[in-house]
Amino acid sequence: MTPLEMSISELKQALTDRKLSASELADASYRRIAETDERVQAFLTLNEEGAREQASLTDGRIAQGEAVDILAGVPAGIKDNIVTEGLRTTCASRFLDNYKPIYDGTVSRKLRDAQVVTIGKLNMDEFAMGGSNENSAFKSTRNPWDLERVPGGSSGGSAAAVAAGQVSFALGSDTGGSIRQPASYCGVVGLKPTYGLVSRFGLVAFASSLDQIGPLTRSVEDAAHVLQAIAGYDKMDSTSADVSIPDYAEALTGDVKGLRIGVPKEYIGQGVDPKVKEAVLAALNVFESLGATWEEVSMPHTDYAVATYYLLASSEASSNLARFDGVRYGVRADNPDNLLQLYHESRSQGFGPEVKRRIMLGTYALSSGYYDAYYLKAQKVRTLIKQDFDEAFNQYDILLGPTAPTTAFRLGEQIDDPLAMYLNDILTIPVSLAGVPAISIPCGLADGLPVGLQLIGKAFQETTVLRAAHAFEQHTEYHKLRPQL
Amino acid sequence: MSIHVQDVEHVAKLARLNLSDEEKERYTEQLNAILKYAEKLNELNTDDVSPTTHVLPIRNVMREDEVRPSLPIEKVMANAPEEEDGQFKVPAVLE
Repeated sequence: MTPLEMSISELKQALTDRKLSASELADASYRRIAETDERVQAFLTLNEEGAREQASLTDGRIAQGEAVDILAGVPAGIKDNIVTEGLRTTCASRFLDNYKPIYDGTVSRKLRDAQVVTIGKLNMDEFAMGGSNENSAFKSTRNPWDLERVPGGSSGGSAAAVAAGQVSFALGSDTGGSIRQPASYCGVVGLKPTYGLVSRFGLVAFASSLDQIGPLTRSVEDAAHVLQAIAGYDKMDSTSADVSIPDYAEALTGDVKGLRIGVPKEYIGQGVDPKVKEAVLAALNVFESLGATWEEVSMPHTDYAVATYYLLASSEASSNLARFDGVRYGVRADNPDNLLQLYHESRSQGFGPEVKRRIMLGTYALSSGYYDAYYLKAQKVRTLIKQDFDEAFNQYDILLGPTAPTTAFRLGEQIDDPLAMYLNDILTIPVSLAGVPAISIPCGLADGLPVGLQLIGKAFQETTVLRAAHAFEQHTEYHKLRPQL
Repeated sequence: MSIHVQDVEHVAKLARLNLSDEEKERYTEQLNAILKYAEKLNELNTDDVSPTTHVLPIRNVMREDEVRPSLPIEKVMANAPEEEDGQFKVPAVLE
């Protein structure tokens, strides 16, 4: 077994026993990247010097018998919309091609404090807008299971790097499914925490009422360890939740006896690939054999979620992206006649087509005369969608369904049809609008491609979600499947 | 409700974007398709529904107005496309 195949707790043991050093681990990570990333294209920027420095620092501390965090020395990748001090952060946009942040985002600082070895920054759809990584201004990441297919998105680089065994874990961000959908397509674990559990300070904002950072890992236990490191109240993010943080790894008891599972019938209905549905129903049998019960439930407003999401997220994006004006950082157009032209030209040169499309949609939805018809209407429907979840959670501990209606699609297949692309997120978006936590875990293959199982929990009940996911993992082998690269 | 090239031009101006003729045409078509899809929200009666702006029950988050150290000016200027004397430089605003 290569060290990068080891779980985080195994790595901790091997590092403590001095059977392995953090420096060897960093070497193994860069070696794997050298072998595979020409094909996978997951990384935008490598942090070789910084990573080796961190690794040798950690090795020194372990040698001195210092107690270190469970993540110390573990090689990780960070999605390129999370700012890292001194390390190029582009959001996969031409606009920020040369941007080197002057501070760490809160999660970046927490990983640094835990002595995680940051291997590099991972590709994504530009400003996290997209579900295939084809909207990156720099390159299209490939799915390690089939290089002709997309890894999903927007955290496609994060999912592909973990699936390809380049890093032990990665951070991603999820606005409408951007952690869970790529995790599903690449056969890894992806957790979107409850809105507000993880600080967004230093996450380049896309849609502020929806954005949330979370881990992509090869096991549920690893996801629990990473969540432990990044969760918690942060005074730098006024929307972060002041809640007490439980011990997530301790919650992984393997016991799901009496767990009440609701299966929204809208999540396994029309548009869901029969083979995806089959894998999800087989997963229900596993839960049943472990003593959980399940029944169908109706979430009547599911069908309205995608329209609601695209109005709200694009509106928020059009406002958030107003900061990219070419004055303080990023692209500046050459020789503008005046300030207004500087704004116009810089933005037009810096942003790609999908980003412009969403800025246009959001600006329209917020503009005078249309605000009530689109933006306010969508906010009201968001209330109805959230009520579906509140009512279902009166009866059930967990909601379960597929993460995405299909497995990974081919590059270029949907790029010309924005609406078709948006509909890939139909099963992840309602969860984002409700703000509740959800995980995607591997539950089988369909025609050789991974299928993701989505488990959704009540707000701040990550422990229940992780416990159920972990119990499933303990009784199946799907998470051990690896792509041949 | 359908939108025309003139609407796209107006919105582009509000969003501070320059669009080519080809982009204007494409966005007119695509925005119409997306907005047509969004019209399905009108199937729902929301007269008595209050809007959700935010899922957490957080209201105004206040803190003491305390002086804290600022970032050093060299750092703030580190990514500036153009600077002069520790200030961001832009074309003249007033003629």
